[in-house]
Formats: sequence, C-alpha cells, structure tokens
Amino acid sequence: MSKTPLAPPLEDALAISKDLIAASSTPIVLAILAEGDSYGYAILKRVRDLSAGRMEWTDGMLYPVLHRLERLGHIESRWERAESGRKRKYYRVTRGGLVQLDEERRQWQAVDATLRGIWQMAAARLEPDPTPSIAPIPQGA
Amino acid sequence: MSQPSNASLEAQIDQWRGYLRRRQAIHAVDVAELEDHLREQVATLEEAGLATDEAFLVAVKRMGDLDSLSREFAREHSERLWKQLVAVRTEDGVGHRQTRTEAFVAFGLAILAAALLKAPTLFGLDLEEDGSFYARNASLFVLPLLTGYFAWKRRLAAGTLRWLALGFVAAAVVANAFPFTPEGSTEILTVMHLPIALWLGVGVAYAGDRWSDVAGRMDFIRFSGELFIYYVLIALGGGLFTGFTALTFMAIGIELAWFIGHWLVPCGAIGAVMVGSWLVESKQSVIENMAPVLTRLFSPLFALLLVIFLGTMLFSGRGVGIEREVLIAFDLLLAMVLALLLYSASARDPALPPGPFDVVQVVLVVSALLANAVALWAIGGRISEFGFSPNRVAALGENLILLVNLTWSAVLYLRFLRGRGAFAALERWQTSYLPVYAMWAAIVVIVFPPLFRYI
Repeated sequence: MSKTPLAPPLEDALAISKDLIAASSTPIVLAILAEGDSYGYAILKRVRDLSAGRMEWTDGMLYPVLHRLERLGHIESRWERAESGRKRKYYRVTRGGLVQLDEERRQWQAVDATLRGIWQMAAARLEPDPTPSIAPIPQGA
Repeated sequence: MSQPSNASLEAQIDQWRGYLRRRQAIHAVDVAELEDHLREQVATLEEAGLATDEAFLVAVKRMGDLDSLSREFAREHSERLWKQLVAVRTEDGVGHRQTRTEAFVAFGLAILAAALLKAPTLFGLDLEEDGSFYARNASLFVLPLLTGYFAWKRRLAAGTLRWLALGFVAAAVVANAFPFTPEGSTEILTVMHLPIALWLGVGVAYAGDRWSDVAGRMDFIRFSGELFIYYVLIALGGGLFTGFTALTFMAIGIELAWFIGHWLVPCGAIGAVMVGSWLVESKQSVIENMAPVLTRLFSPLFALLLVIFLGTMLFSGRGVGIEREVLIAFDLLLAMVLALLLYSASARDPALPPGPFDVVQVVLVVSALLANAVALWAIGGRISEFGFSPNRVAALGENLILLVNLTWSAVLYLRFLRGRGAFAALERWQTSYLPVYAMWAAIVVIVFPPLFRYI
C-alpha cells in the first residue's frame, strides 16, 4: 500500500505555497507539452514524477490552467478516442506557446540566478562563525 | 487500460457527474474531460491494489473539492456566470431543432398578429378614425394566437381547445356587437377588462393539463410577471428603434410620422407580445426570474410608505379626500400590494420557515388593508350621492375582490408566521383565486354595457 499513486503527500515533503504553484504552472505545463502532445491525467503524472512528489497539485485545478493557456493561444486542444474507447481531450503546444515557454524560462532562470546569489551570500556570512553558541544543557537539572 | 467497470462505480461516477453538472461554471465538455481523468485515476489506483469504491473515493478526493474547483473554473470562464439566453446551446441536435422550430413559430405568429391588426384597414377601418374599434379588439388580435401557441406547445386536448375557441368567439361578438355610445364609460370599461378576462384563456393554455394544479397556475403567474417585464424592456428598445428610424430619415428630409404611427408602433406593440412570451418560455430555466427580485426590492419600500402614510394620517387628522378618483387610486394600490405578495410568494420555497421578509410582507398587506379601509370609510357614506355610474360600480367591485383576497391572505400569512399553518395554504388561496379576477372582468364586459344602457 505504499506505492506512489496512493502515497499521501510525504510528511517531510515541502509544502509549496499556492502562489508559487500558480506561478510555476504555466512553464511546467508548457514544458511538458513541448515534449509531446498529452492529456490532463498524463500531465499531472509527469509533474508528480518530475518533482518526485513534491509538487502536489490538486488534480482538478490543472484543467482551468489548461483552459487558460488554450484561451491565450499557447496550447490547442482536440478530442480523440483513447485506446480505452473513451473520448479524451489532448493538448498540444502551439508556436506561440513555445515562444512563451522560452520567455518563461528566461524569467525563471533570472529569478533562480538571483536567489542562488542570495543563498550563497547568506551562507558565506554564516560560515566564518562556526563556534557553537549554545552550551550543552546538563541533563537532569 | 481495461478497468472492471462495475455497476456501482458507474452509479457513483454518474452521481459525481451530476454534482459537477450543477455547477454553472463547469460545462458538459469540462465534465467529460474531468470524468476521463477520474476514470484513469480510479484505474491506476485499482492496479495498485485498491478496491473499486476505495479507488473512487481517493480519486474524487484528489480531484479537489467542488467549491474551489468550480471557483477556479469560474475565474477562467467568467462569462459562464452570465447566463446567455440567445446563445443557449443544447447539446443534442433534437433539442436544438425543437428550439429553432419554436422560435420560427413564435416569430411567425408575431407577424401574423401584426397582419391581423392591419387586416381591418382593408375594409376601411382606419387606426386613428376608428380608434375605438382597435382599442376594443386589441387583445383579440394577439391573445388567441398566443393561446394557440401554447396549445400547440402543450398539445392541448381538443375539448379544452373548443372551449377556449368558444370563449374567444364570444369575446369578439360582445366587443363588436354591443351598440356602445362612442367613447362612453362602458366602452372604456370593456377596453380595460376584456384583456383581463381573456388572459385566463391564455393561462388555461399555458398551464395545459396542469391548470388544476397549484403548481401549474403558479407557473402561469410567474410567466405573466416575467412577460410584463420583458414587454417593458422590448418596448424600451422599440422606442429607441422608432426614434432612430424617424431621425435617420429626417436627415434626408423624409417624414415618417405616418408610417411610424400606422405601421411600426402598432405592429411592433402587438408582435412584441408573442416575441416576449417566446423569450420568457425559452429563458425560464436559463435566467433568474426578475419579478421576484423586484418585489424583494420594493416590498419593504411599499410597506414603509404605507406605514408612514397611516401614521401621518392619524397624527395630522387629515381625512382622505373624497375625490371620485380616490377609489381607483386605492384599487391600484391594492393591486400593487397583491402583485408584490404574489411575486414574492412565487419565488419563495414553501418549505422554508418564516423569515424577516415574511414579516415585511404581512406589514405591507395589513397596512394596505388599513389604508383601504380608511378610504372606503370616507367614500362609503358618499357613494350613493355620486350615483352608481358604471365606472364606480366596477371600481367598487374590484376593491371588494382585492379586499377579500388580501384579507384572507393576511390571515393565512399570520397563521404561517405563528407556525399554525403552511405557506402552501397561501399559495393555494392565491392560485384558486385567479379565475375570480377573470370572472369579474367578464361580468364587466358582458353584463355592464346592457345594464347601464351602453353609456
């Protein structure tokens, strides 16, 4: 019963904030679709695999995101009959979507680079003072 | 992926789909997309070893709760929260064809009504010179067609149809065979009361075989209110259209007054009855009813007005002026209060317990009754002095009818407020009272002219 589809969000998993998930959903979805046409369930599965379960999207919330991207013209959809016989809505990224993905990539890289610099500076400031500031507390006081 | 789609899973998915469908922001095509997702999730979970119903529960949980889901959909598709009447798209072709046929029939009947209205001109009856002929027959040009429209839609039984036809023929005979004094009181009374009497015929056709039900009649009341509102809206648009017609042609020096007065306005006014009815019919499940919204707004205002009016009258000691028109003014007031009562009742869930708005309604009705009692008291002594003209007898009769209705309504409403009766009793009282108005109107039309020697 501990196989991935059942696993609840791991206890030690990072709870990524809603805003961050919302902001990153566009590049993530576009990037996944840039690999090849796909549909809702498969996209979610891919997100889960890629993030090793750390990006917990509520399943249903993916669809409004897909619809927004479609309205903006970044992706387009079509209905196809899946091998199970059910109708399934496939999405593919458009040329405009690829441009947008590129733009998003540059923005995220800029954010990432900035944050990296900040983390490094913070780490450097902490390092020169490695002396333990707290003396061990005597047990049974 | 072939999943064991057992019956209980299908039933559960059906139910879940039903919940989704009720969300306005989530359309059928989205539901299909989400369902595909749900099924695949269930299948994956089953492969991982879960029982079907467990898999279903987990999959539904993962989908997210419906409220936030539909909120997200609404944010993306905000236009869906504005229900569109004209662009209603039915999913199946049959429904679509049905809607289109209905539209064609309704517009065809609207044109026919306009043609009927213009037909008497062929026999030399001019709209201006023979205005009284057109005034007396106005409702006869369109209401039989409207009745026919509903008879067609509801597939009315031949027996009912015969009675309705008989009624309309009788109305046409009475309106045209009586030797009215030109522009006399009885003629004006006929002009005003004939549509009210004939409206009952429309109601019988509208409700179809549900005319004997409280619900069927209540639907007719709702329809009447909505039609009134739609008619006013169409009239506003029609006024604009007429204005632009006149202005644009005036710019090139062509005077259109005759065309507007003889063709555009009368034909538009009569056709709008059909078009408005069709709109109300096709919108009823799509768009919120407007009449109850207006009653919500105006019931408290009218209640306040009446209470302040009564208070002022008591403190200042001013009596009601004994003008001849006072009775008619109070008739109109009672009719207004009745309409407020009726349309707030039409939108009320009978199962709900009494709330503050119900108290407002009771205050409204009781204060209207008190105001009317004061007016009747003031007039009562003098009525014989004025003499029993047809107008006054008609006004008095109407006052009496409304008085009886509102008094008993107040009793039923008070019982309901005190927990001694059901709200449904009030509904039943109102719906069974409907024929009374038509009967009185019919009496005014049929009995008054000969009784008062056609003055």
